[in-house]
Amino acid sequence: MIELIKQPWPWYVTGLLIGLIVPLLLVLGNKRFGISSTLRHVCAAFIPGNIEFFKYDWKKELWNLFFVAGIVIGGFIATQYLSAPQPINVNPVLVQELNKHGINDYSNIVPKQLFSFNSLFTLRGFILMVVGGFLVGFGTRYAGGCTSGHSIMGLSTLQLSSLIATISFMIGGFIMTNLLMNYILAL
Amino acid sequence: MNETIIEKNITEEEQNTDFEIRSLDTICINTSHFETKWYDYIKYMIIGILFGIVLVKGQVISWFRIQEMFRLQSFYMYGVIGTAVVVGMISVFFIKKFNIKTVRGEVIDFVKKKFNKGQIYGGLLFGFGWALTGACPGPVFAQIGTGAVAVIVVLISAIAGTWVYGALRNKLPH
Repeated sequence: MIELIKQPWPWYVTGLLIGLIVPLLLVLGNKRFGISSTLRHVCAAFIPGNIEFFKYDWKKELWNLFFVAGIVIGGFIATQYLSAPQPINVNPVLVQELNKHGINDYSNIVPKQLFSFNSLFTLRGFILMVVGGFLVGFGTRYAGGCTSGHSIMGLSTLQLSSLIATISFMIGGFIMTNLLMNYILAL
Repeated sequence: MNETIIEKNITEEEQNTDFEIRSLDTICINTSHFETKWYDYIKYMIIGILFGIVLVKGQVISWFRIQEMFRLQSFYMYGVIGTAVVVGMISVFFIKKFNIKTVRGEVIDFVKKKFNKGQIYGGLLFGFGWALTGACPGPVFAQIGTGAVAVIVVLISAIAGTWVYGALRNKLPH
């Protein structure tokens, strides 16, 4: 059993378990699955800066901060105790393409050649980490939710605006990956 | 009394643009009745731990998987998100149909959110960020947990992005 868990899980198992978080949170405490809002709570708690958007009782959403703290712990447990050391299996076309940019280390789930403190001080790493992170925070709040809040919770409750948001996420991702990413990786 | 308030608000569209922050919804009148102490939140941390494990074991937090998804080189991520949405939809359908309450007997509420252009503009910007970092907000936390300490920079930058959005919000088209 533990050997089976240590292998990467198939998509239907992963998808099923992520989907079950929706009813679990609802039935446990009428909570909506959504993660990007924790970034807003952090702003509201520590750097509200007299901005209307951050003036609310963030303590009412404290559960969400406990939830994301759990995600960090879960990431640690999965890596330390539930994973067999093996490289990530990636589509050969992508491998070939990334190879052109000197990316060939598949040993970590987060590619160290791109996401590290060394990489941070290169233009490429700065764009991926700092610009990318900024867009994640800015864009999710502008859209009112992220993959969990819109694409999973929003679509589960049949919200048209969540469908529009999800399509926009995908279009943004397609543009970045297929039109711009090659130039960024070449930096 | 409470019943009528809920009725009234369900027919109106919610003004709070944030899909994820229930306590800001006008409908939200029964938050934190029972959850007042920090240990009341431990159960959410446990679900978070399970979610974090799933994200890592499903390799959903891998930058490579996200690149494959946007290049249509792998079905994997589509399978994951598609399955999750279908499971979520079926669950919500049953909760509504059988009027299932929370474990403490509270009514589970669903609010129809209004469309605004932010969902398109913000959605596109988030899409750029998702492709660059290979992570949406949940995976960012899981990546840090795997020991990728440098991803803390991504997180701080995302918090900064959220703050700048808050500061510019009134000037942006919605």
